[in-house]
Amino acid sequence: MNLEEITAVQLSKMIKSRKITAVEAAKASLETIQEKEDKLHSFITVDEKGALKRAGEVQKGIERGEFTGPLAGVPIAVKDNICTKGIKTTCASKMLSDFIPTYDACVVEKLREAGAVMIGKTNMDEFAMGSTTETSAFKVTRNPVNSAYVPGGSSGGSCAAVKAGEVSIALGSDTGGSIRQPSAFCGVTGMKPTYGAVSRYGLIAYASSLDQIGPIAKDVSDCAALLSAIASHDHRDSTSVSMGDYDFTTALCEDVRGLRIGLPTDFFGEGLDSKVRECIMAAAQILKENGAVLEPFELGMTEYAIPAYYIIASAEASSNLERFDGVKYGYRCAESNGLHDMYKKTRTQGFGSEVKRRIMLGSFTLSSGYYDAYYMKALKTKALIKKSFDDAFKKYDVLLTPVYPDVPPKLGTSLSDPLKMYLGDICTVSVNMAGLPAISIPCGTDSQGLPVGMQLIGNCFSEKVLLRAAYSFERKVKDEKTV
Amino acid sequence: MRKQYETVIGLEVHVELATKTKIFCGCSTKFGGEPNTHTCPVCTGMPGSLPVLNRQVVEYAMAVGLASNCAINQYCKFDRKNYFYPDNPQNYQISQLYIPICHDGFIEIEISGGKKKIRIHEIHMEEDAGKLIHDEWEDCSLVDYNRSGVPLIEIVSEPDMRNADEVVAYLEKLRLILQYLGASDCRLQEGSMRADVNLSVRWRGDEKMGTRTEMKNLNSFKAIRHAIEGESSRQIELIEQGEQVIQETRKWDDNKEYSYAMRSKEDAQDYRYFPDPDLPPVRISDEWLTRVRRALPELQPEKQIRYEREYGLPRYDAQILTGSRKLADIFESASAICDKPKKVSNWLMGETLRLLKVHDQEPDDLTFSPENLAKLVQLSDEGTVSSTVAKDVFEKVFLEDVDPACYVEEHGLKTVNDMDLLTEVVKKVISQNPAPVEEYKAGKEKVLGFLVGRVMKAMKGKANPSAAKELIKKLI
Repeated sequence: MNLEEITAVQLSKMIKSRKITAVEAAKASLETIQEKEDKLHSFITVDEKGALKRAGEVQKGIERGEFTGPLAGVPIAVKDNICTKGIKTTCASKMLSDFIPTYDACVVEKLREAGAVMIGKTNMDEFAMGSTTETSAFKVTRNPVNSAYVPGGSSGGSCAAVKAGEVSIALGSDTGGSIRQPSAFCGVTGMKPTYGAVSRYGLIAYASSLDQIGPIAKDVSDCAALLSAIASHDHRDSTSVSMGDYDFTTALCEDVRGLRIGLPTDFFGEGLDSKVRECIMAAAQILKENGAVLEPFELGMTEYAIPAYYIIASAEASSNLERFDGVKYGYRCAESNGLHDMYKKTRTQGFGSEVKRRIMLGSFTLSSGYYDAYYMKALKTKALIKKSFDDAFKKYDVLLTPVYPDVPPKLGTSLSDPLKMYLGDICTVSVNMAGLPAISIPCGTDSQGLPVGMQLIGNCFSEKVLLRAAYSFERKVKDEKTV
Repeated sequence: MRKQYETVIGLEVHVELATKTKIFCGCSTKFGGEPNTHTCPVCTGMPGSLPVLNRQVVEYAMAVGLASNCAINQYCKFDRKNYFYPDNPQNYQISQLYIPICHDGFIEIEISGGKKKIRIHEIHMEEDAGKLIHDEWEDCSLVDYNRSGVPLIEIVSEPDMRNADEVVAYLEKLRLILQYLGASDCRLQEGSMRADVNLSVRWRGDEKMGTRTEMKNLNSFKAIRHAIEGESSRQIELIEQGEQVIQETRKWDDNKEYSYAMRSKEDAQDYRYFPDPDLPPVRISDEWLTRVRRALPELQPEKQIRYEREYGLPRYDAQILTGSRKLADIFESASAICDKPKKVSNWLMGETLRLLKVHDQEPDDLTFSPENLAKLVQLSDEGTVSSTVAKDVFEKVFLEDVDPACYVEEHGLKTVNDMDLLTEVVKKVISQNPAPVEEYKAGKEKVLGFLVGRVMKAMKGKANPSAAKELIKKLI
């Protein structure tokens, strides 16, 4: 059995109809990992023993009729910044290279309830800071489509694992595009839910006000199934919001007649690769053929999104990462002279340079005398960005943009120019700043045959509208291929 | 020379709130568990854990604000105060800087010459830190996170106090308010109430404030008094010698009665405060505020007036009884049981306070139940026991909370009302004391007391003294 060719929803149907067992599915996953990991490096930890044991339990549960949902018995990977009880959770950092959490993240509990089988923990940029998965302290993940290219980041391991068929489905986290951009680079479907839709309890924070866990999948149906499993109102996360209806699979209908789609010209101007533009415009055309109404418009405020994002995200990160000090858990320097020397050496040795860069940036912008000029101003900018989206959603149901303005970079070309890397986040960061849901769907390939992704952005808690539009597009493309 | 100076004092008082669970997680706040047993991922700063606000903390903070005439910010926020220290597991403390829950209040204190208002600048909510234990034997430090996340409020006064008496009066008043609200037990020694003293001196009549210092580590009223006196003298001497007071934090050593500099303003840390993104702003609805306002208990001034009116107690007694929540509670419960408030008050004002003094205790240390006090009042009032016996029994109640009825029964302490026995004893006393009897006959009424005493002694205190007195008069 090849997981590359079947979706999670199809696989779980096969398991429920006794065509294969959950254990066989887990074995297929582990075999593919065995075969591809040497080259791909998607995983930091593969929990072979735990996965097979769990698959056996789930199989029995399915036979007893306990697990009936679309993820029962499905092999899944979890990004390594999501806490898993008893299984190493490293954030791809030397700082947490041996850290074993004492508790499961809310989403991990949810996956367990759904009967999904966790295969392992995926590689990522260190503490989710980066756009290429190259800042990982342990390994560099390759793009499964072309191993000379980056898989994107920071959830590069999860996206690569899904694309390569190492697992059926995966969890990522998205602070400024970390699910959507690697999904686009790897040619998979990834979604950043509305801020508050999925509990952050157990997600090791990068920037608390922007972080959100989301699904990474082969197609829109899998995405909806995984979102249905993980979205919840969790009292352990004060920023969690109740949505009432958590069955997103009901949104999977092809009808988009009359759906108003806005194309923000802000993201189609200078700097957009011509091949990427071509793919996006062709995708928009498909939605139009399906009955949606398209209209270009100016969103505004987008030029301020990146500076404001990096100020807010770095400020929060500088505080969130203070707890990694060598006192309670994680890495501690071998020798030191007193407490403060221990702190300094531990953090100097434990963090990589991109993490240190953002901690320093954040510490600076929060320091007294600079707070108003930077952090406060960035918060005001954030509010204005939200307002410009609010205005847009008075006129449109969905906004359509590229995920990334350019083709994916080659391995080893990004980290030397961090500013350029930051600017690549132009299409994705505004969405986090406004707390909105957005989905990244494959919509063609660039001149080198690398995937290009289209982004659909919805209003807060309009995940179903997004899924419907994405599904409509996906069906049409699949139908055309079949014809 | 000294008279020309005026001391200006403001206080920052930290108070541990009496919630059952911590401010941001469900762990117990109980004092004294085995190290790191009242902990969870949240209060040990585990990666991925998130704080969830305990609403009871907000209610207590609101109640303290309302009781101290503060305005309540119905929209307030939590901020992170960033600093590295191992007792602080996240290396930031969740506190309130930009929008605290209460502001601009006051409380009134009694000083010689009348009342004085001490203004309150603000009250904010925050979390306590863990406790570091330095193991000198092993040459290492250990940390206990049981206290980490215990809720605190910090009450910041304006610099309105001028001497140690005013400071102590303010702290006592504050403690009384907090105890009446049930918001805290306010034990200085156990650290559930801690005061930092900000102090400066200036020429009397000057508008401008002098440079202030902040003193920490003050854990008794006595230490606060000494620290204030010591620090104002130190500052005056500096100025007299033409030197300048340096703005700094000083630590008071009560054993040496000396404060020493901990850190100056120059090396003050930059806490990089910013709003905590894990906690949405606290929105207090009008309904919630009204509910807390309505639920405020009767505070000391009202209670004192009521005691005078309802129970007919003298002002002084009412003041003493209401001056401790514990005394007032015992008084009301015992009075309700035996319906003899004046007698209950006498026991509390007399024997109770006397014994507290003997044992060097505070009213808060009282352990006896109002039921047992009420029973004793009853026994004494009915004449079942004599007043001498009653005092002995009360001491037992005070120390061991014994049931007075059982105790009297078991130890055979009941007043003997057997008239034949009494007559016999009285006759014997008269015959054995001819001289005093003659004196009485000669009109010396006072001797009667002596004779009653002899009777009581002969009957081991169990006689009814008024019956004995009547009988002596009759038989002489």
